[in-house]
Amino acid sequence: MIEAAALTKFYGETRVVDRASLTLTTPGVTAIIGPNGAGKSTLLSMIARLLPIDEGRAFVDGLDVTRTKGADLARRISVLRQENGLLARLTVRDLIGFGRFPHSRGRLTAADHAKIDEALAFLELGPLAGRYLDELSGGQRQRAFVAMVLAQDTRAILLDEPLNNLDIRHAVSMMRLVRRAADELGKVVVVVLHDINFASAFADRVVAMRDGRIVADGPVEAVVTEAVIEAVFGLPVMVREIEGQRSCLFRR
Amino acid sequence: MSDRRLLSLGLLGLAVLFVAGLFVGAGKLSLAQVAGGGIDAETLRLLFVSRIPRTAAALLAGASLAVAGLLMQMLSSNRFVEPSTVGTSEAAGLGMVVVTMLFPGAPVFAKMLVASGFALAGTCVFVALIRRLRLKSGLLVPLVGLILAGIIQAMAHFLAYRADLLQSLGAWSSGDFSMVLRGRYELLWIGLVLCALALLAADRFTLAGLGRDVSVNLGLAYEKVVALGLVIVSLIAAVTVATIGTIPFVGLVVPNLVTTAMGDNGRRVIPFVAIAGAGLVLGCDLLGRSLRSPYEIPVGVIMGVAGAAIFLALIARGRPAHG
Ligand SMILES: Nc1ncnc2c1ncn2[C@@H]1O[C@H](COP(=O)(O)OP(=O)(O)O)[C@@H](O)[C@H]1O
Ligand SMILES: [Mg+2]
Repeated sequence: MIEAAALTKFYGETRVVDRASLTLTTPGVTAIIGPNGAGKSTLLSMIARLLPIDEGRAFVDGLDVTRTKGADLARRISVLRQENGLLARLTVRDLIGFGRFPHSRGRLTAADHAKIDEALAFLELGPLAGRYLDELSGGQRQRAFVAMVLAQDTRAILLDEPLNNLDIRHAVSMMRLVRRAADELGKVVVVVLHDINFASAFADRVVAMRDGRIVADGPVEAVVTEAVIEAVFGLPVMVREIEGQRSCLFRR
Repeated sequence: MSDRRLLSLGLLGLAVLFVAGLFVGAGKLSLAQVAGGGIDAETLRLLFVSRIPRTAAALLAGASLAVAGLLMQMLSSNRFVEPSTVGTSEAAGLGMVVVTMLFPGAPVFAKMLVASGFALAGTCVFVALIRRLRLKSGLLVPLVGLILAGIIQAMAHFLAYRADLLQSLGAWSSGDFSMVLRGRYELLWIGLVLCALALLAADRFTLAGLGRDVSVNLGLAYEKVVALGLVIVSLIAAVTVATIGTIPFVGLVVPNLVTTAMGDNGRRVIPFVAIAGAGLVLGCDLLGRSLRSPYEIPVGVIMGVAGAAIFLALIARGRPAHG
C-alpha cells in the first residue's frame, strides 16, 4: 500500500529526514511520534508528494509518487497538513464536497452527495454544514478538513497532527474516529501525534523519529517503553500500565 | 433570496444603469426625445458612435477588472491584492511604452499583446517574490506588491520621459472613458471572454485559494492552475490599460464585498463579482459625468476616492488578509 524506501530530505547541508524507510500494507493506525523538528511532517509530505524527494523513493499501491499523475494518486492517498485553508470562506459542506474532486472533477453526482453526507455525519458536523469555515472554532475547522479527507475516500490517509486545536473531548473522539476508519472502513491511517498517550491508546503501531531518523518502529508495547521514549525525547519518563492502558508520564 | 433571483436582480440593475449611461453626458440626448420619436441622424450617431461604446466599455472594464482582482486574491491566498497593487497593470503600462517606442505604428491589438507579455512577467516576479520570502499572510504581501508596482511604474516613467511619451503613459495609467468611441474599445470584449473562462475553471481557482497542499492532495495540477490564472489576470490588465487605462480599487473592493457576503466558492461568486464590478465602474463613470457637468471627472479619480473609502472601511471592520 505505502512503501517509503530510504527517503531523504536536505535543507542545506542537514538531512532533516535521513534514509527513512517505512512499509504499510494492512489496515490499521500507525502513529508517528518524536520531538519538534524530528522530520515527521517532512516525511509525511514526501510520501504524499507535497515536497520533492531528494533521495530514496516512495510508492503508493506500487506507483512511484514522483512519476504518477496527481489525479491518480488523489484517489489512492490523501493527506492533511498542519495548517490549512488560507482563503477559506467556504461552507463546511462545500469544503467536504471538494474532497470529492478527484472522483467528480467538480460535477457532484448523487453518489458524491452520499459520501459528503456520510463524512458530515462521521464527524458530527451536520448542524454546521451551512456555516462558513472562518466562522468556526479552530477545532471545528480541523474536523471539517478531516471530513474533506474522509470524503476523498482513499485507502491510505495521512494526518499531520490532527489533534491540534482540539480539546480533550474532541481529541479523543477524533482518535476514536481514526480507529473506526481503520477498523470499519479498512483504511491505512498514518497519524502524527505529539501526545505519546494518544499514540499508545489508539495506535496499532508506533514509529518514533529523532533527528530525521526512524529510531524505533513496532507495536505499542515495544516502542512506548521508558528506554525508547527517553532516547527519543531526551527526557526521563515513567511508563505505567493503568487499567490495561499504557501511559507515559513525565518526571518533575 | 436565492442566487438565481439575486442574479436576475443584479442584471436588471445593470440594465437600468446602462440606459442611464446612454442619456447622461455633454451632447443633447434625452429619454423624452427618444420616446417622442424625435431622433435625427445626428442623435443616432451620438448614440452608436459614442454613448453605447462608452457605456459598454465601462461595464466590460468593471466586470473584468473585478474578476481579475478575485483571481489574483485566490492565487496568492491573500485578500488585499489586485492587478494594480502587485505590478500587473504597471507592467502592462511599461509594455505599452516600450512597444510604442520601438514600433510606434503597430496596431493597438499587437501593442496590447506585448503589454500582456509584460504584465505576465511583472505578475510572475510578484508571485516569485512572495514565494521566495515565504509570505503567505497579512499585509506584507500587498506591501511587497506595492513596492514592486512602484519600481515598475518608475521604470515606465523614465522611459516615457526619454521618449516623450509621458502623456500617453498618463492615459494608460489613469482610467478615463471620455475618449472611448466606436472602434477604440472593442478589445475590452476579450475581458468578458476571460471572465467566462474564469467561471469555467472556477472550482480549480477556489481550490488554489485553499493553498498548494490542499490542491495537490486533491490531484489538482496546482502550478498549471496558477499559470492559467496569471495569464487571465495579465490579459485583463493589458486590455484595460491599452484601451481605457487602469482603474484602481475595483479589483480590491468588489471581490472583498462580494466574498464577505457570499463566501469564496468561485463558481458561486464569479458572476456576482462581475456584475458588481460592472455596476460600480459604470456608476462611478456616471457620477464623474454628472458632478461638474458639462465637465467630466475621470473615472479613475472617482474610483480612487470611493474605492479607498470602501477599502478603509473593510480594513477597519477587521477583515483578515486571509482566512
Ligand atoms: N522549508 C524549510 N527550510 C529549511 N528547513 C526546514 C524547512 N522545513 C522544515 N525545516 C526543518 O526541517 C526539520 C524537520 O521539520 P518538520 O518535518 O516540520 O519536523 P516535525 O514535523 O517533526 O516537527 C526542522 O528542523 C525544520 O526546522
Ligand atoms: Mg510537524
